[in-house]
Amino acid sequence: MSAQSVLLNETAGGPGRDLNAQALRADARREQLRLLALLSPSLFLVFAIIIVPIGWLFWLSLFDEAGAFSAANYARFFEQASYIKTFVTTFKVAFIVTGACVLLGYPLAYMLSQLPRRAASICLIFVILPFWTSVLVRTYAWLVILQRKGLINSWLIDLGVISQPLSLANNLSGVVIGMTHILLPFLVLPLYASMKTIDTDCLRAGMNLGAGPVATFRQIFFPLSLPGLASGVVIVFVLCLGFFVTPALMGGGKVIMWAMRMEQTTSLYSNWGAGAALGVVLLVVTLALLGLFQWLLGARATGVWSSR
Amino acid sequence: MSEDIGLPISHRQRLWLYCLGGLVLLFLIAPSIIIVIMSFSDSTLLQFPPQQWSLRWYQTYFQSLEWRDATIVSVKVAVMTVFVATPLGTAAAYAINRGTLRFNGTINALLTASLIVPVILIGIGTFFLYARIGLNNTLTGLVIAHTVQALPLVVLTVLSGLRSYDMNQERVARSLGAGRVAAFWQVTMPQIRFSIISGALFAFITSFDEVVVSLFISGGETTTLTRRMFNALRDQIDPTIAAISTCLIVLSVVLLSVAQIFGRRH
Repeated sequence: MSAQSVLLNETAGGPGRDLNAQALRADARREQLRLLALLSPSLFLVFAIIIVPIGWLFWLSLFDEAGAFSAANYARFFEQASYIKTFVTTFKVAFIVTGACVLLGYPLAYMLSQLPRRAASICLIFVILPFWTSVLVRTYAWLVILQRKGLINSWLIDLGVISQPLSLANNLSGVVIGMTHILLPFLVLPLYASMKTIDTDCLRAGMNLGAGPVATFRQIFFPLSLPGLASGVVIVFVLCLGFFVTPALMGGGKVIMWAMRMEQTTSLYSNWGAGAALGVVLLVVTLALLGLFQWLLGARATGVWSSR
Repeated sequence: MSEDIGLPISHRQRLWLYCLGGLVLLFLIAPSIIIVIMSFSDSTLLQFPPQQWSLRWYQTYFQSLEWRDATIVSVKVAVMTVFVATPLGTAAAYAINRGTLRFNGTINALLTASLIVPVILIGIGTFFLYARIGLNNTLTGLVIAHTVQALPLVVLTVLSGLRSYDMNQERVARSLGAGRVAAFWQVTMPQIRFSIISGALFAFITSFDEVVVSLFISGGETTTLTRRMFNALRDQIDPTIAAISTCLIVLSVVLLSVAQIFGRRH
């Protein structure tokens, strides 16, 4: 602003021009500094709480327990069967949960996108409300529903369908059901947002040209919805990899996922090097998946957060 | 013919889709509803629907010193987080919105880092850092950690408000002689205040519901509600938690409704 007033005050041309350019540059620099000053407290906090500790942990992970520089913390991932089992479990759960989210989330997002505005916004409440309910509350709810003396089992026994309670909680199925419930909105919201942008004229044109409803969906709508689906899938998968609360509470100690392993190695065994190495690999895998996605689709996966 | 979708498909042909979608919606909402109903049960057994109704679990919750203290800690931390994260996030959003900064992309990535970095890593890292500087088990430490978690949500919410605001209005105010602060406070701020309030509400709920980082850095006198709930759930399923959960669900509903109302006015 003041740069412009400087510009107006000075008569253009002549010796004033140099002075003007200098004043403008100085003003732009001051403006940059002011904006940086506005950003600096936030940037400092993020730097101190996220970047510094992660860098520190990375540094720690490069030394073995004797304090010697080594790759032992990383090598053990390939050597010890228990680590391999943790990774296998984690990816297995991540694939199943992501698949379940797609199977449940796609029809829901499709329905929401086709409903009239008013009905859609009412239905959306049912997606957004769980999204904003504590993960702990929802995990507790599933524990109540699925455990040995829980609702499902007592209903089924009362109805005479089963005589012995099914083991639904404290194992893989409990973890998968709980995580699917918690992560479903992360798939539905970006998918719904992208489906809303699909131009109905394209569908109408297809139907005009003689395509039936199924063909229109398969050949026009579905391909156009794929970018939205992809961003939802990436977010859900990445969140699965680092998920802690639900597997810790519903896994019954049998389903050890990546994040639980990190907690155990650091809190229980105080092996910071090993825990840090796990964290570094988790971060690298997460960033690689997000980076790959961004490179393939040119979109930012974090967009989902702005739709909350 | 359905005029709503403008396609020659009737709602009747779509019936299967509505059924399927309805079932998924039920899957999403049923657990919360079941918990709310069960919190009014009189029995220690998990029965649904409950045979006898009572408020005994709410009494246990409000009378237990441990639960009460944990709730107070969580409320304190959440309120302080709102008062730190909202101004910081608003200032950051304002600067980013100018778009004239060099490294705008890097700054964006840094500010949204806490959404991308696995929370467990942030938890362990923060604990490790706090152990060195003596911030574990302190309110200050919790507020700082929660602020970092809440910042991206505030920034994104305020940024979306700023995007639909015409910055020229602030420029006009300044050319008419208003100072920088006065121009922001009197012209910009009233027009983006609903986004700022929404951002503050999101910051509150983010802090209040945060589990993983609190598990690592809170304890003793500063045990948060979520940490105590997590530990209680590890041992056994105590129906008191149904009452606490109901309170948390009600809190989410209230905050979301307020955010929604402000969003509409915006």
